[in-house]
Amino acid sequence: MLVRAEPGSLTLTFDGRPIPAREGDSVASALLAAGVQVTRHTPRGGVARGPYCMMGACFECLAEVDGVPNVQTCMTPVRDGMVVASQDGARTLGGAAGGDGERDGAAAGP
Amino acid sequence: MTPDLLIVGAGPAGLSAAVEATARGLSVLLLDENPAPGGRIWQALEARGPSDRDDDRALALIRDARTCGADLRFRAVVWAIEPDGSVFWTQDGTAAVAHPRRILLATGTTERPMPIPGWTLPGVMTVGAAQIALKTGGLVPHGGTWIAGQGPLLLLYAVQALKAGGDIAGIIDLSDPDRRASAATHLPGALRAAPDLAKGLLWRRRIAKGGVPWLRATTLRADGEDRLQRIVFTTQGHTRTETADTLLLHDGVIPSVQLSRAIGCRHAWSKAQRCWHPELDAWGASSVPHVSIAGDGAGIAGAWAATCGGRLAALGIAHDLGRIDAATRDAAARPWRARLGRHRALRPFLDALYAPRPMQPDDATIVCRCEEVTAGEIRRAVEFGCLGPNQLKAYTRCGMGPCQGRTCAPIAAEVIAAARHMPPHHIEPLQPRFPTKPLRLEELATLQET
Repeated sequence: MLVRAEPGSLTLTFDGRPIPAREGDSVASALLAAGVQVTRHTPRGGVARGPYCMMGACFECLAEVDGVPNVQTCMTPVRDGMVVASQDGARTLGGAAGGDGERDGAAAGP
Repeated sequence: MTPDLLIVGAGPAGLSAAVEATARGLSVLLLDENPAPGGRIWQALEARGPSDRDDDRALALIRDARTCGADLRFRAVVWAIEPDGSVFWTQDGTAAVAHPRRILLATGTTERPMPIPGWTLPGVMTVGAAQIALKTGGLVPHGGTWIAGQGPLLLLYAVQALKAGGDIAGIIDLSDPDRRASAATHLPGALRAAPDLAKGLLWRRRIAKGGVPWLRATTLRADGEDRLQRIVFTTQGHTRTETADTLLLHDGVIPSVQLSRAIGCRHAWSKAQRCWHPELDAWGASSVPHVSIAGDGAGIAGAWAATCGGRLAALGIAHDLGRIDAATRDAAARPWRARLGRHRALRPFLDALYAPRPMQPDDATIVCRCEEVTAGEIRRAVEFGCLGPNQLKAYTRCGMGPCQGRTCAPIAAEVIAAARHMPPHHIEPLQPRFPTKPLRLEELATLQET
């Protein structure tokens, strides 16, 4: 596991569970420090995924942040009171799970 | 907005270019998607503070860049560069466009993918990822954390993690021992970069002193239900299983060519580093008019070489725009070229020692992590006539997920090349398209001339 001695004084929630965080953390960092390795289940195979590159390249650490789906948690700085939720399958325009609206949340490339 | 120069990326190359360009009288706009300057290597350095002399020098450069008069914008994600040179980005949910006279791409590297079986399991990350977590959040490895692969960054991270109080269950060295002899032939040249060479040896000693088991292995697999639980590797002819909750993979870094490819720059194949890099002239100018490239994105040589490349590109652009004459440019460039030569001296040795591992995952292993496409599906597509990664999109959706091929494109090309019995550079590489980063429609709707 990746751990640290000082958890920090900020708090976000992940699926309702309080997660301590430090100023300067990305959301993904704070989650990893709290032992959370899974942020979503994939749209196609429904398998668990979590932070992999931590630099905005791989899009594995996507989660819902303050109601916005498909957010790269490794590129999102933490804020006290932030509400983070895991993603199960594809997103729809409303931000909830289900349907094959995988690309509705974020306008895609090609 | 019409700056003389727009720089993408505030790492060593971008910061150096900003300082040099403003000193030559250019107006500079610098965009970076991170919250602070420094790129990956100096990430969060201002917040962490220096820990050695290299950090002192880096902080001095960051300070110079912050005060040089350049317009620095952070959390600014570039998603398109149009043929007329317009650059589009999003910052805090708002889209913007600039029309610079010159563009400098300083977008650095990504880690070469290491598609071992089970590499998509949560708990399997890259060494670079763990290093970012260490630099930005003070996270250190503990308990069942294993490191596997090869390359200088792997050694550096292990040393940094131990120094920060972490512990590492073991390091699985997947480098090819047969490469040592060919690397040795490059040692005389590498001695020009003696301090860097000495650093590498010191790292190995510190890891040994830290009591971290060092295991040479030939194969490695990650295993578990829904997350990493164990690793299985072959060492000295035996298969060994160890419990693990974190596995950090690394096999060197390759230029991040997403933007340079998308705008159509010509690229060349590096046989030694087994990757593409943009074709550039001595000033970093690409084959696309008005677009220059500097730093590791131009070819892997490390942070200090990148600072030299950034300076040279800025001098070239300043001359191009008529701010300095050729004699001034050449005189100012001389010391940077000399330094660049020294910093590059270690490269042939490292390239030989850490020759990239073959990327031929077994049929069941996922290549495209986003669309969950396996190597077997790609090989089947080749049987049906697929020629390269661009056609592969239609066959399998490989490369069409949100990462847009950033991770899988090099693997897919290697798998297709082997299946077609061709060298990888004979396969037409994936053509990235704009927007190169996902863009929300509500962000696009905010676009206005600023």
